[in-house]
Amino acid sequence: MSDNQGPIWEVFVQKKAGQPFVHCGSLHAFDKEMALQNARDLYTRRQEGCALWVVKSSEIVASSPEDIGPFFEPSNDKVYRHPTFYQIPDAIGHM
Amino acid sequence: MENKQFEDVFEAKLAKNEMIEPKDWMPDNYRKHLIRQISQHAHSEIVGMLPEGNWITRAPSLRAKVVLLAKVQDEGGHGLYLYTAAETLGTGRDELLEALHTGKAKYSSIFNYPTLTWADIGAVGWLVDGAAIMNQVMLQRTSYGPYARAMVRICKEESFHQRQGYEIMCHLSFGTAEQKAMAQDALNRWWFPTMMMFGPPDSESPNSENALKWRIKRESNDQLRQRFVNQTVQQVEYLGLTVPDPKLKWNEEKKGYDFSEPNWVEFKNVISGNGPCNKERLAARNQAHKNGEWVRAAAQAFAKKRAQKIAA
Repeated sequence: MSDNQGPIWEVFVQKKAGQPFVHCGSLHAFDKEMALQNARDLYTRRQEGCALWVVKSSEIVASSPEDIGPFFEPSNDKVYRHPTFYQIPDAIGHM
Repeated sequence: MENKQFEDVFEAKLAKNEMIEPKDWMPDNYRKHLIRQISQHAHSEIVGMLPEGNWITRAPSLRAKVVLLAKVQDEGGHGLYLYTAAETLGTGRDELLEALHTGKAKYSSIFNYPTLTWADIGAVGWLVDGAAIMNQVMLQRTSYGPYARAMVRICKEESFHQRQGYEIMCHLSFGTAEQKAMAQDALNRWWFPTMMMFGPPDSESPNSENALKWRIKRESNDQLRQRFVNQTVQQVEYLGLTVPDPKLKWNEEKKGYDFSEPNWVEFKNVISGNGPCNKERLAARNQAHKNGEWVRAAAQAFAKKRAQKIAA
């Protein structure tokens, strides 16, 4: 990795209070404060958000694309987790 | 999985119009092509700050000055989005910058032309950013996820750039005769270099075939150039200016304009380092990087010191 660029941080923006934080990109910074200020300058120049999270890329744990089949397999055969699996009498209407 | 199987998965994703993400398997040449294209794109944004930065201190009003500052800051931001997109492919930003600063990497030929008058700032925003948008709208659907997402953000921001440029052209074109002449002069000098931005003709474009095959690009250089001309002529006419191309003519059959090719010898010459401002641009970039060295060193030292304090 680079000697003088600082580590990479991932940036998450919350558009409005109450909404989820969404990943919007990454940046270089040497420490937390700098990462937060750089994120503000880089990703919210046009009021794109009201709150920010920054986290070092190296701290993120991600699933690996090769294993997604077996990794997510346990949920494949559990249709009974969905509301449409159940029969409700017409007389009851919407439930 | 065997390499062949990986390749099948990759091809199947492209066929289904799915995006390729950083951790997905991809052919080496796809990766190389992307690193080259995305880093060139990033370099273009950063070097593109220079011809416009040239006019910040001489902008004709405070309004014009804040607008130009905001635009140049955006270009810097676009460069940063793109460098991090390129880095997801495994090349560090320091390596990419090194390639730019030593002249090994290329950037868009357009930024090697000088901005001689204030009208050039109008022409650059209108034409150069206009051409860039045409290319970048297509790239929002490019096959590599991080590149596509960077493009979505960039396109949102570029629209202001083009509009502010056209506004400058309107002021000049509907101003005094002298101002109008200035606008025409800028158009004369920027028209053909802008046409070159879409790259060489399809018949002579060495990288196009793979780029289209891998859905990195979705349209060819000539298609984009044609669309740009079709769209821009009406904007020139509104200003009461003249496109500096005697061969420009509406072709009813193809529902588009016929026009002259730019001078491709000049294009090659500029790309290979001999344009009017290549040396100046490279020197300015190197100087800026050098001037920032103490900031990077100080930030690094401060972070280290603080980490030690916390550990103690």
